[in-house]
Amino acid sequence: MVYGIVSRRPSPSHDQLNMAEDGERVDGINTSESGMSLKKVLSGASPLSLKIIAECPVTKARACDLALPHSTVSTPVFMPVGTQGTLKGITVDQLESLGCQICLGNTYHLGMRPGPDLIEKANGLHGFMNWKRNLLTDSGGFQMVSLVELSKVTEEGVQFKSPYDGKEILLTPERSIDIQNSLGSDIMMQLDDVVSSTVKGPRVEEAMHRSIRWLDRCIKANKNPNKQNLFAIIQGGLDAELRKACLDEMTKRDVPGFAIGGLSGGEEKDDFWRMVTLSTDHLPREKPRYLMGVGYAVDLVVCVALGCDMFDCVFPTRTARFGSALVPWGSLQVKQKQYAKDFQPIDPDCQCPTCKNHSRAFLHALFKSDTAAMHHITIHNISYQLTLMRSVRQSIVEGRFPEFIRTFMKRMFPSREQYPGWAVEALASVNVVLE
Amino acid sequence: MAGTRMKLELSHVVQGRSRLGVLKGLGKTGQHSLEVPGCLLYTHFGSVPHLTQDTLHYLNKLPSVTQVTLSNIAEHQDVLEEFKRGFRKFAGLHDTVLYCSLHDPAAACPTGYTTNKTVSVWGSGGRLELTVAKFMALQKTVQPDFYQSMADGETWQTNASRKRVRKSVDRTLAHLDECLLVQQKSQQPQAVAQPGKTPKIDCMAANQMFLCTMQAPPAQSTDRAPQELDGVEMFGVVEGGDILEERIRSARETAKRPVAGFCLDGLQTGSMDQALRTQMITAVAKELPEEKPRLLQGVGRPDEVLACVEAGVDLFESFFPFQVTERGCALCFRFDISPDPERAGRAPPTVLGPNEEEHAAGETQQNGDLDCDDQTQMTCFEMNLKDKRFQDDFRPLMEGCGCYCCKNHQRAYLHHLLVTNELLAGVLLMIHNTSHYQSFFGALREALANDKLDLLKKRVLGDGGRPTERRE
Repeated sequence: MVYGIVSRRPSPSHDQLNMAEDGERVDGINTSESGMSLKKVLSGASPLSLKIIAECPVTKARACDLALPHSTVSTPVFMPVGTQGTLKGITVDQLESLGCQICLGNTYHLGMRPGPDLIEKANGLHGFMNWKRNLLTDSGGFQMVSLVELSKVTEEGVQFKSPYDGKEILLTPERSIDIQNSLGSDIMMQLDDVVSSTVKGPRVEEAMHRSIRWLDRCIKANKNPNKQNLFAIIQGGLDAELRKACLDEMTKRDVPGFAIGGLSGGEEKDDFWRMVTLSTDHLPREKPRYLMGVGYAVDLVVCVALGCDMFDCVFPTRTARFGSALVPWGSLQVKQKQYAKDFQPIDPDCQCPTCKNHSRAFLHALFKSDTAAMHHITIHNISYQLTLMRSVRQSIVEGRFPEFIRTFMKRMFPSREQYPGWAVEALASVNVVLE
Repeated sequence: MAGTRMKLELSHVVQGRSRLGVLKGLGKTGQHSLEVPGCLLYTHFGSVPHLTQDTLHYLNKLPSVTQVTLSNIAEHQDVLEEFKRGFRKFAGLHDTVLYCSLHDPAAACPTGYTTNKTVSVWGSGGRLELTVAKFMALQKTVQPDFYQSMADGETWQTNASRKRVRKSVDRTLAHLDECLLVQQKSQQPQAVAQPGKTPKIDCMAANQMFLCTMQAPPAQSTDRAPQELDGVEMFGVVEGGDILEERIRSARETAKRPVAGFCLDGLQTGSMDQALRTQMITAVAKELPEEKPRLLQGVGRPDEVLACVEAGVDLFESFFPFQVTERGCALCFRFDISPDPERAGRAPPTVLGPNEEEHAAGETQQNGDLDCDDQTQMTCFEMNLKDKRFQDDFRPLMEGCGCYCCKNHQRAYLHHLLVTNELLAGVLLMIHNTSHYQSFFGALREALANDKLDLLKKRVLGDGGRPTERRE
């Protein structure tokens, strides 16, 4: 079984090494000329280069080396979210040893506390949290959706009340980039006009056009174009015409990467995957594609097949704190009584420190005694996500991604009947038929 | 030989009381040792609060003995019974000695629930009543290397009457004798139970009983159930509240039993002032054999630790760094004693040895009047990182500290983690506080070895070596 073999590898760091070797080898054989020349073109323009290591001959999936200022990221990649400059109880050393090359910080939260000035004094967010690898920061715009009762959107920017002191704050594209320049992230996101993915009508169109105008203002505002990459965010809701218009406009801009935004907000999965695949169809091959807010295992595998390279989601770390451990067959609720006397690890094939040292029964009991129980599950879940993506990459590199998908789905669902229809349809659209 | 394998080898005794030495013969095969004065590793259910094994092992000098409490474990008895291989394996602990005590020293324990035959522990699911039988059944599933005998320790409240104190001493001795009997049976299952429900076995008789047991041929041990208490040792508990005669009686009687060491109970922070505590411990210590260790329960503040070591205590529970962590504070008291009087005074630190930790920042206030009664109150040995003045302080918690937290992070970051309620705050503070506390014990042993305890006291208590207030 493909997934089983991959996950029995000795350690995450070892895994990383193998990965690099494999990458070299495949690159040596294929000597993808377009990839090589592109690197030259791009390196002058922005502090990012994307080297395509392998492309799946069946689906739209690709494996790339994304060189960023602090290190090279192997894609497809899942980026854990460290909202407030910390990844929920995990030290930066632990995160490094899990093989994480890039994680997220939230501009909205960090801009509020401790504030951009302080972080700038601490040598940016890297210095403040002592993280030596790459960081991506969002624009603060997403909080418009979650804090919508606090905000008012005008052409100028987003206005909202600080939940800490009630002060009125205006977040303009310029201010968002200004803060992100202070944070010093390797990848910054443009401020976009976010509307909930379930909203329809003229507001969606307005938001799409405004996001384009704001992209131009963000590009202009970036003080560190040689050190920090600015990604555009494709909007347009669930309307194919609007998406397409947004793609046409934004891809005219010389930005180092693109995000697919405005999805993963409660819309129908049928709409979701169609918007994703439409976006990747029109995004330039030589630039990274980041699908925002996606982190469920099935979604990740399907969206890699649809051509996405980067993903982020709070789900794996948030759910861990409620005792939900991610496993190849779904999830395991450690706090449930059925695990009180279950003396095997969460996943016997998992190589993470939690599964190496502790049983389900111990973790079940520890949840009643100490918060360290949450850390154990958080580590396991991050490890699960990163290992999954490494396995995905490996299979793309070795030219067996479609087979990987079939094996993955078989393991994840007890029977063919339980495969989600949208996933079956989405995979069929990229020539993968699940038997 | 059970009951006697653990041995305290004293290398130095200051003024007939403060003891420096090594507790040897710990663990199933006796290969572990623990330097005294020293402390045990405090845990919640075998897990150092906030830490996983990765983060725990950022600490390079961990105590060789891990403490677990029945208050955490009792409610999981059925699980451990089914597991069969003992708590150490269950918790994924590897190379450590396991000590099992009754109560969690950092958690309040309601009174009024002990009876002649039972004591109660409080776990996450509420109160659990333990008889000796249940208590010993638990020990068999836990399989510690040594454990605290069952005890009625409800005399710590002020105003406990003489009658109540006497009763607690009697009950505790009776529990001890019962525990010893069960343990004996467990060690030689075929042996006919001794007819004696003799609550007052004399020293010789008791020892002989154990000698008999241990002369059983080793081949027999292979036939025994895995949950027996082979080679497991017991600490007797000295009670007696604040009544001197009762303390002495408790110590004297406990010392007659074949115990490996002694727990001094009912003297915890909040129960009495240090002068009275010192008086009690001094009197008790006189009654206890030299070669057996004395573990003081519920005392962890550095000033109290120093005073209790002077009175003759060997071992402490290290719950204090945890309490400091829980209130968002970092230990920062100085304990460096340099031969150079200039440096030991006000001069800033220069080059530091690998194990010396230096408090150069001077965030502590002078050790003045202390509120001993409230264990949740901040002490003068720590700084409150939630304080706004740390917001833009880019120094490590303590200059010169070699712990993971100080080597990698700044006060401003810790401040941020605390004000945003981030879980990493507890992780990093626990690492620093544990490291600092362990180093303090290292300095304490060094001071005893070099007859410099007075100098250390001055340094820790701030007398003369008053921490320099250095604020910008």
